[in-house]
Amino acid sequence: MAKVQLRNVTKSYGTQEVIHGISLDVTDGEFIVIVGPSGCGKSTLLRMVAGLEEITGGEISIGERVVNKLEPKDRDIAMVFQNYALYPHMSVFENMAYGLKIRGVPKDEIKARVDLAAGILELAPLLERRPRQLSGGQRQRVAMGRAIVRKPAVFLFDEPLSNLDAKLRVQMRFEIQKMHRETGTTSLYVTHDQVEAMTLAHRMVVMNAGRAEQIGSPMEVYDDPATQFVAGFIGSPAKNFVKGRIAAPGVVELDGGGRIGFAQRANAEAGRAVTVGVRPEHLVAGAGQGEGITGTIEMIEQLGADTLTHIAHAGGIVILRTPHESRNAIGDTLTIRADPARVYLFDAGTGARLR
Amino acid sequence: MEKRVVFRSSWLPYALVAPQMAITLVFFFWPASQALFQSLLLQDAFAAKTQFVWFDNFRDLFNDPRYLASFRTTAVFSALVTVLGLSISLLLAVFADRVVRGARIYKTLLIWPYAVATAVAAILFVFLLNPTLGVVTHFLRAIGIDWNYLLNPTQAMILVVVAAVWKQISYNFLFFLAGLQAIPRSLVEAAAIDGAGPSRRFWTIVFPLLSPTTFFLMVVNVVYAFFDTFAIIDASTGGGPVQATTILVFKVYQDGTQALDLNSSAAQSVILMAIVVALSVIQFRYVERKVQY
Amino acid sequence: MVEHRPLRAVASHLILIAGVAVVALPIYVAFVASTLSFDQVTTVPMPMLPGTQLVHNYSEVIAHGSTLGSKAPVGRMLWNSLIMALGVAIGKIAISILSAFAIVYFRFPLRRTCFWMIFITLMLPVEVRIFPTYKVVSDLGLIDTYPGLILPLIASATATFLFRQFFMTIPDELAEAARIDGAGPMRFFVDVVLPLSRTSIAALFVIMFVYGWNQYLWPLLVTTREDMYTVVIGIKRMVAGGDQATEWQLVMATAMLALLPPVAVVVLMQRLFVRGLVETEK
Repeated sequence: MAKVQLRNVTKSYGTQEVIHGISLDVTDGEFIVIVGPSGCGKSTLLRMVAGLEEITGGEISIGERVVNKLEPKDRDIAMVFQNYALYPHMSVFENMAYGLKIRGVPKDEIKARVDLAAGILELAPLLERRPRQLSGGQRQRVAMGRAIVRKPAVFLFDEPLSNLDAKLRVQMRFEIQKMHRETGTTSLYVTHDQVEAMTLAHRMVVMNAGRAEQIGSPMEVYDDPATQFVAGFIGSPAKNFVKGRIAAPGVVELDGGGRIGFAQRANAEAGRAVTVGVRPEHLVAGAGQGEGITGTIEMIEQLGADTLTHIAHAGGIVILRTPHESRNAIGDTLTIRADPARVYLFDAGTGARLR
Repeated sequence: MEKRVVFRSSWLPYALVAPQMAITLVFFFWPASQALFQSLLLQDAFAAKTQFVWFDNFRDLFNDPRYLASFRTTAVFSALVTVLGLSISLLLAVFADRVVRGARIYKTLLIWPYAVATAVAAILFVFLLNPTLGVVTHFLRAIGIDWNYLLNPTQAMILVVVAAVWKQISYNFLFFLAGLQAIPRSLVEAAAIDGAGPSRRFWTIVFPLLSPTTFFLMVVNVVYAFFDTFAIIDASTGGGPVQATTILVFKVYQDGTQALDLNSSAAQSVILMAIVVALSVIQFRYVERKVQY
Repeated sequence: MVEHRPLRAVASHLILIAGVAVVALPIYVAFVASTLSFDQVTTVPMPMLPGTQLVHNYSEVIAHGSTLGSKAPVGRMLWNSLIMALGVAIGKIAISILSAFAIVYFRFPLRRTCFWMIFITLMLPVEVRIFPTYKVVSDLGLIDTYPGLILPLIASATATFLFRQFFMTIPDELAEAARIDGAGPMRFFVDVVLPLSRTSIAALFVIMFVYGWNQYLWPLLVTTREDMYTVVIGIKRMVAGGDQATEWQLVMATAMLALLPPVAVVVLMQRLFVRGLVETEK
């Protein structure tokens, strides 16, 4: 177990820079999730930690060592791949034992470690089978078992659940959490699924286009997004965004009509162009004093526990979430307002949050 | 494996297959059955008298020391061609796969020998290794080897093996390269993370996973050595010296044209047919196994 | 992957370059020889740099052949080879694509039988049935003719199988749509199947052209007149046996001419060639 440090890590392919200076300090035993949309560079970042990609700039340290020049086998890491990467011509036991065998671990210790991992992952009856005889979930568990027996300093997960169906994914999330509790190993986990990120992470790194937009705990990222991208990426259904301009202290005049009040903050000077962000659950029906958005109901989604009402107004579409059945009908006019404390303001140009 | 949609016509399908069926019947089935038939006969050189002798021809062949020698020669020849051909091509394919730059250039430069006719390849090596004029002969003499394949049976075998392997390198290389590139990168990466260096990765992961390709190429190379190499023998050693390079297919030709023993030649053809069929069956069986893990 | 083994990288290139060199050596020597005069070629050791006789040698063989051994002009032989190669390639593709289409898209009694009969031809190369085939060709009066050279070689089924496999991957919906549009089977074939098969046809053409051009045993048997020789068998006859001295510079010029067309086809259509190879062996 060890800490991992990334200092201003960059990656370029030829002249094109794809990862722009990411820094991260992972403490011993932490479970870090790197989340972002496809193509944001999260897998590339993980592979640089693993040694599967060259590091163009910056430094990566595992434990006390800078590992930039070290080969993957010397970095004391283990990796779980998206497509499991199990050796098809070896049995489950041999797959898990492979790394230990290479390092010259004595046979009885190999057996002890494999049995232990098999126990944790419920693989004991499958040890003599070949990968092609296993289901997707079983294969993924074997891949995890292979990582566990090595007792590495860091676990690396590259979208391990993406190839599984939805139900299996939920189940495997628990397995991963259980595994982390049992082993306490520092882990770096890459995914594009923000639900996985929210449930598994101690801390999250939200990435977009090669940059780390925010690093923080799930609740921090949810309640206190640093940028518009983070606010929109985390949470489902997505946050509502409407463009507008600050008309007066505490009030935003929205493009297309309507006004929203917000809790006062430092750099919200009058005239500034902003994007207002409000989560669907923080909107209520009914006009406030001198504020509100009025629009026509375009769609109502009854989800059972919640109702999502889509309201179309001149500035776009706003979604309102209410925890009960809606009494409105499509075509009705509705005015809604927001809790000022829950209104986020983002700079209309950079997307940075105005705090 | 059937199409869901078919057309209906009473005459069209027959018209479409007719050309191929006609050619196949006339130039394949008829001659093949003739060969089978003739192998059971004894005819004199002018086919004036014909006698049905059942398997006497075959029995004579297996009692004929020259035929058995030819069998042995063919076995040695095909073993050498296969082993050398596969090893050299695998080596080249492995490095062509690893090289980051220039992979495509190497590939182009290594595949064109396939297009050279075996006869032409033989002539080229005959020229290189000509006992009096050959450039390579000169070089061998300089390092103390007296080269004359017209007199030395072992050297004659070396010559034909070299020519045969030279031509086959590209074919093997291409298939090995394709096989290597079909192995998922993540397997190699996982092995690297597990601690395996390049050599170990190759022998414990890549090579086992390459076995379908290897086996397939083994069968193909053996078939190649048995049949496609006729031209090499004819164009270089003529089966000599003293029958040292008379492989089975060459003997069929020799006995048929020079000795004019058509029945023995036919019987030899039948035996060769049996061997090819056996090899083809093995190949089909294994190609099915190619459906991976 | 982070793997700093410079020695290995250098070794890789060295081995590959060595491989390329060994492969290219016979051709280089042949080329040099083809540009030398008779005296230069018979000197030991032969010079390793090209000489000045290129135009002379090549025009000599094309027009007159060599003075010893075979007398056939190589120009004529090249022509014969071209006819044969094109005939085999085009002939095989034509009959195979029609048969494959019939077998895949029609149901008719004897379909299975035809399929298996064609399948069996995969197993026996021509070398195994040469004498009876020779007799058939002779009986048909096709000795020393182009059809005699070409027809027996298009009897095997590799192309039929390739096309059959390819047709299996054509979505059924296309045939159904064609049917609904009122197209009969031959229209479907010409308007839909053929265009889709273009790359397969091209790939096969490369393989078959090389195969036809490089044939040795069969042309050897079926041609008796020198003006019907193909260049591949002609070259062997130019190498005189016994006491006569071979005009190696002319033989090498012929060799270069013999290998240039198929090599050019393979190199220029490399991608198609590789694809054709891989698919015909499945």
